[in-house]
Amino acid sequence: MAASALETLQQHLVPTAGPATLSHGCLVFTLSPAELVPTVRRLRDEFAFDIFLDVTAVDWPADALRFEVVHHFYSTLHKVRVRLKMRVAEADAVVDSLVGLYGSAAFMERECHEMYGIVFRGNGDLRPILLYEGFVGHPLRKDYPKQREQPLVPYRN
Amino acid sequence: MAARTVPIVAVAPQGTKDGAFEYLTTRKDELIGWARKFSLFPYPFVTACCAMEFMAVSASPYDTDRFGAALPRFSPRQADLLMVVGTVTHKQAPVLLKVWEQMCEPKWVMAFGACATSGGFYQNYATVLGIDHVIPVDVYIPGCPPRPEMVIDGIMQLQDKIARGSHPILTKTF
Repeated sequence: MAASALETLQQHLVPTAGPATLSHGCLVFTLSPAELVPTVRRLRDEFAFDIFLDVTAVDWPADALRFEVVHHFYSTLHKVRVRLKMRVAEADAVVDSLVGLYGSAAFMERECHEMYGIVFRGNGDLRPILLYEGFVGHPLRKDYPKQREQPLVPYRN
Repeated sequence: MAARTVPIVAVAPQGTKDGAFEYLTTRKDELIGWARKFSLFPYPFVTACCAMEFMAVSASPYDTDRFGAALPRFSPRQADLLMVVGTVTHKQAPVLLKVWEQMCEPKWVMAFGACATSGGFYQNYATVLGIDHVIPVDVYIPGCPPRPEMVIDGIMQLQDKIARGSHPILTKTF
């Protein structure tokens, strides 16, 4: 069931979304940021990927396209997962938001924004969600100093 | 005081007072310390996995009620002992400080577990490396999580500290 669903998906999506690989039973597409929203819309509407699991990023400090933004989707009908990866540069770390397709994207994009500094175009509420107002920097970037603290309460000693 | 002319009887007759036990002498600090050390009302500020150990040590097999320290107050205004159980993040530090400020004197603070004591294995953007950066601490209990015996030892050490301390009740000196 899962294998046939993946095969169908591969046949239909590869022409538009680029080559796919299989990683631990999860279909992985590497695409450009511009292809994200059309691909996700097809995943949702044509292939019944009804759950948006996660959006996060990977920091590759040495690369020109420094950040790799990673989306995960799950289909409760086919019981398969799909991963979409796209690279963006630090100077232009902008990816289209998925709030128009999945409501749950709003919170997950907020977290990715505060941790990595990825801007999600179309998400109108990118306030910190786990961090606090006034926090400077993006703590999950590799160049954030491990020991840097930003206390809200002045230390006693 | 006039010398007694009648021998003291061990058991007083019904309805009369026994002259031998009319009064006793003690030091004020000792008396109040003794009373206070057995009536610690804890306020559990529970944030992380040490909570499981807190529940274990509060339940009947270990039973902190033996030390008079088992009645959790869910308002800091009614509590004497702030038990900080678990990791405190920078985002939570203002909350912890506010809870501590709301407690009436006399008050004591227990850092329960490695994270509350020193940040534990965390050293990152999120974690306060020991709650003593934010509020004063009376007793530290190490361990990740601490054994119930260590918690009981911590409570007993705190009781010793209270018993030895000075307890001004009317003025700053008395």
